[in-house]
Amino acid sequence: MSRVNALVITGYGTNCEQESAHAVRQSGADSVKIVYFSDLAAEKADIRNYNYLIFPGGFLDGDELGAAQAAALRWRHARTLSNEPLLDQLTAFLDAGGLILGICNGFQLLVKLGLLPASRGEYFKREVSLSHNDSARFEDRWVHLRVNPDSDCVFTKGLDALYLPVRHGEGKIIPKDERVLAEIEKKGLIALQYADPETLEPTQEYPYNPNGSPLGIAGLSDPTGRILGLMPHPEAFNHRTNHPGWTRGEHAVLGLALLRGGVRYLREH
Amino acid sequence: MLFRVEVGLRPQVRDVLGQGVCRKINDELGIAVDSVRIVKVYVVEGLDAARADEVLAAEALHDPVLHLASLSPLARGFDWALEVGFRPGVTDNEGRTAKEALAMALGLSGQEAAGLAVYTADQYLLSGDLSEAQVASVARDLLANELIQRFEYRSRGEFAARPFPARAARVTGLASDQVDSVAIREMSDEDLMAFSRANTLALSLVELHCIRAYYADQASARVRREAGLGPDPTDAELEVLAQTWSEHCKHKIFNARISYVNEETGRSEVIDSLFRTYIQASTEDIRRALGRDDFCLSVFKDNAGVIRFSEELSVCVKVETHNSPSALDPYGGALTGIVGVNRDPMGTGLGANMLCNTDVFCFASPFYKGELPPRLLHPRRVFEGVREGVEHGGNKSGVPTVNGSVVFDRRYLGKPLVFCGTVGLMPALAAGRPSHEKRACPGDAIVMCGGRIGKDGIHGATFSSEELHEGSPATAVQIGDPITQRKMYDFLMRARDLGLYNAITDNGAGGLSSSVGEMAQDCGGFDLDLARAPLKYDGLRPWEILISEAQERMTLAVPRDRLKEFMALSREMDVESTDLGRFTDSGRYFVRYGERPVALLDMDFVHHGGPQMELQARWRRPEVPDQDIPEVADHGDLLRRMLARLNICSKEFLIRQYDHEVKGGSVVKPLVGVFRDGPADAAVIRPDLGSERGLVVSHGICPKYSDLDTYWMMANAIDEAVRNAVAVGGDPRRMAGVDNFCWCDPVRSEAVPDGRYKLAQLVRANQALAHFCRAYGLPCVSGKDSMKNDYVGGGVKISIPPTVLYSVIGVIPDVNRCLTSDLKAPGEAIYVLGVTGPDLGASELASELGFSSGSAPQVDALSARQRYETLFSAIRAGLVSACHDCSDGGLACALAEMAIGGRLGLRADLDLVPCWGGPGLAGLLYSESAGRLVVTVPQRLCAEFEALFRGQTAARIGEVAAGPVEFRSAGATILSQEPEVLARAYKSTLAW
Repeated sequence: MSRVNALVITGYGTNCEQESAHAVRQSGADSVKIVYFSDLAAEKADIRNYNYLIFPGGFLDGDELGAAQAAALRWRHARTLSNEPLLDQLTAFLDAGGLILGICNGFQLLVKLGLLPASRGEYFKREVSLSHNDSARFEDRWVHLRVNPDSDCVFTKGLDALYLPVRHGEGKIIPKDERVLAEIEKKGLIALQYADPETLEPTQEYPYNPNGSPLGIAGLSDPTGRILGLMPHPEAFNHRTNHPGWTRGEHAVLGLALLRGGVRYLREH
Repeated sequence: MLFRVEVGLRPQVRDVLGQGVCRKINDELGIAVDSVRIVKVYVVEGLDAARADEVLAAEALHDPVLHLASLSPLARGFDWALEVGFRPGVTDNEGRTAKEALAMALGLSGQEAAGLAVYTADQYLLSGDLSEAQVASVARDLLANELIQRFEYRSRGEFAARPFPARAARVTGLASDQVDSVAIREMSDEDLMAFSRANTLALSLVELHCIRAYYADQASARVRREAGLGPDPTDAELEVLAQTWSEHCKHKIFNARISYVNEETGRSEVIDSLFRTYIQASTEDIRRALGRDDFCLSVFKDNAGVIRFSEELSVCVKVETHNSPSALDPYGGALTGIVGVNRDPMGTGLGANMLCNTDVFCFASPFYKGELPPRLLHPRRVFEGVREGVEHGGNKSGVPTVNGSVVFDRRYLGKPLVFCGTVGLMPALAAGRPSHEKRACPGDAIVMCGGRIGKDGIHGATFSSEELHEGSPATAVQIGDPITQRKMYDFLMRARDLGLYNAITDNGAGGLSSSVGEMAQDCGGFDLDLARAPLKYDGLRPWEILISEAQERMTLAVPRDRLKEFMALSREMDVESTDLGRFTDSGRYFVRYGERPVALLDMDFVHHGGPQMELQARWRRPEVPDQDIPEVADHGDLLRRMLARLNICSKEFLIRQYDHEVKGGSVVKPLVGVFRDGPADAAVIRPDLGSERGLVVSHGICPKYSDLDTYWMMANAIDEAVRNAVAVGGDPRRMAGVDNFCWCDPVRSEAVPDGRYKLAQLVRANQALAHFCRAYGLPCVSGKDSMKNDYVGGGVKISIPPTVLYSVIGVIPDVNRCLTSDLKAPGEAIYVLGVTGPDLGASELASELGFSSGSAPQVDALSARQRYETLFSAIRAGLVSACHDCSDGGLACALAEMAIGGRLGLRADLDLVPCWGGPGLAGLLYSESAGRLVVTVPQRLCAEFEALFRGQTAARIGEVAAGPVEFRSAGATILSQEPEVLARAYKSTLAW
């Protein structure tokens, strides 16, 4: 039974760090720390001292050049005070069995860093991107999500459906080519799909699929199932009154269930 | 060396942004175009051409999955190419990020990076049978604002022969320490006024005389001599005085001595400052009456008003307007408005975390078809630009936009109103000190933090103190940079919690001149060196550095013993901070450029030397005839038309583009009901995610009544704000208000012949504010005024209707008791609370049917207050299942909106609605009488609910039902409409 030490990374336009930290704390993490990217570079914090990493939502560098594009470059090229590449820390963290959760802008970062989907197990190679919604708009709305039963994702294990808000303008998956998309599907790397509210089947229909993402992809995991990225915001459903229909008596599994999945996995491994 | 990097989508990637532009060209301009594709252009400067290929190889400016990048033109298969870029000096956020990305990807040294610049442009490739004139219209009327952008276009043939060159929007200029003196002592009155006008100083003759007298004084002349300054004022000194004394900063009209004659009553009085007499005095009385329950911590004196939220937390609130800049450049103006008001809480006390935003816009109809006077933009363009500016400002800053509205009136063509508000959250104690207090101490370093200084925003404060005209200066417009601000904010909140500074304030109107000048009032003086100030580019004269309103900057007082730590943390977090001098107790406002003196003024003269204005106001009630209400043939049709009216219809397309739930504390969202498309009365959030305590945010705004009587306009705005907050579960005893006045020029002059009436309108609104805030026990904790919302041009003058936005925040003890307006279940009883009168003056019905009526709704504050308090008890007891305020469009629209929210029908008997004065059927349905609410109560709780309201005006008028919305009167069915049909009408108008 291992301790769960969560690290939430913010700075340069990330803005969901507080609620993400609250959510993982509520989900049972033993310790939760919020650090700025600059703290990692200044060696005030070391990723390797944690086993649950969260890249929260926000607008890294204002989405200029495309969501998380500049931040991915920053991660790729940043070195710590003692000249250690930050990516080495990240690699060591993964090798040690740590979990990574990227939410919205954090998902965009993971994709642009090539940590997701890593369909052939090769990390830091960009295979897909996230681009403008078909509506060409930023939108805030709640969506129904189907959990892919064929996924090995450790976060979604035991869940079958979720209801969460999306708040993005660039959430449509664009694969590098058809092969990548086929590989993602075949290997069960689709963790979450936008679903029809009645049938809970994956859908392409707007607004249930808010961005036109192919195969209704809302979240991807890597082949190990230990990295999950998703456009919807589980941390924003941390209390019953977050549900948009709560005054009508509507309720659903809290988004915290997803974060709890990560905590449970770490405890068991 | 300049080169272009072009980035376009790969052929298999759908160009959704291009398709969006294509739709707009077709829909908004009515120009048929087949397709639009967009190529992003980065013009790189300061990099060896040999390294151009490296830029592509490093994949710094493009995403290889999505894009093709090229050093030669990508444009293929188009009829016209149109390129839009920024003018020199305009904030180019994408260019800044591109520069940072390049520096990182190419591993440039600090020195190499310093010489690097990237300028961006958008290239639109249009396909279709377009004339050159049409392409020019696409550029001018949709894609480029020539104030801040330049464009060029070429046909396919021209483009092939001569593609677009690499253009750098570089500001050229040389560093300057030139300080001029102005010989005002010899100027005639005409010369003085001409000088003030030519330099956008907005100083009056009386003020100029006052300044002249100051310089004529021998004592000040001697001090100046000792400091190496001549007897005449320097350019910088005049600018400082103009900024500090501007209407925008000094609120001269609100502080004027006003002779008020009320012709109606025959009484005259002298009012010595509207602000002190009505706003401040009423708040002081209310706080005194609250005694130990007073929840106000800091009112009026700081950038935002602060109230107690819980033992550990305080909240602060500020609402600003950004009207003139939004008229000239809607996107940049609104963006700057929202990120600007964010800095108010950030600069309140020791600094607050941003909690939520509110936005209220006033526009002319987006469907306006008439001529546009010179310099004015089409209202639809204003609407879209403002919407997008607030979207980027709010969303990118990570602050939820929780509450707002849009008000339409044709007169906002002359000046749109853009109200942006921010609520902040602060720990009651920051590093062991009360967080709502601050004080710059002598010896503290003056530190400027955040962005750099450019020519942007020079004269913003004085410019907004003038009417908009054809020659209004373009430098008054800025574009905000949310990310630079966010980085600064991240750093400052950390510095606050470490106790690294003594005081903080934002750089808004007047720039350093105002921020340092205001902070120095604590200690009594300062010594500021402009030569140390970081500039965006060379070419600014000292006075320009001093008053520039360049964004994203805060000024701090940092104790000397913490300065090193402060600067180190700033560097580490990639935020620029500069020590610009020190606070003193010398009594002097002293500015220099290196060793050269720039300004030396007596602190007391700067802040208190301006003369009080003396103004005349005369009230005569406008004569508005009472006409008969036209016969209504089909009430179902009328209800649908009413729901489709701009002031009532759904604003969902707008709301969804604002993130309203970031921070994770959303409780009552702006859209409610089974399909999340019904209107919410107010927003509720949980500021502290670990607690069930909530904060309600609401507002009231009813400028339409200003044409009848601004007294009742103000009363209704306050009542509506409180009522909206109560409707979601707010506690009427724990609310605080913010008043934002937007007026047309009320100072009588040749250009303003009706100034006395307009000033009387202002007096009456203030009187109502004092009366109704007292009656409701509602302290005002902050406020702002904007007094020159007029447009003159092309031979016409357009003045906005006097407008007050009254915003309310309040504490909710337990969010689990909050409620929404949508109907919940068939069989529940429907009650109307409050009485309906024949109040159709300036109503939505009068406007829809085209009749006039002189009676504005009056507010019976005593009964309303009791009603709200009782309702709060009923809600806390869990007796109420839905609640909606009854305002624009009256009872009929309120019930219809509740039905739309729940997609449920209802049966209501209009004969049971409590009324007075014979409102008639139309009045029962659409009268806009104040103080009313509609609630639903489950059958089993009705007895308990009625017992609570015994002795008050409350009547059960019907019940929720599964079928249509049905109104009956005198035994007959007046209308019967399916909720889905009503929803379509409600949602069709702005289904963009």
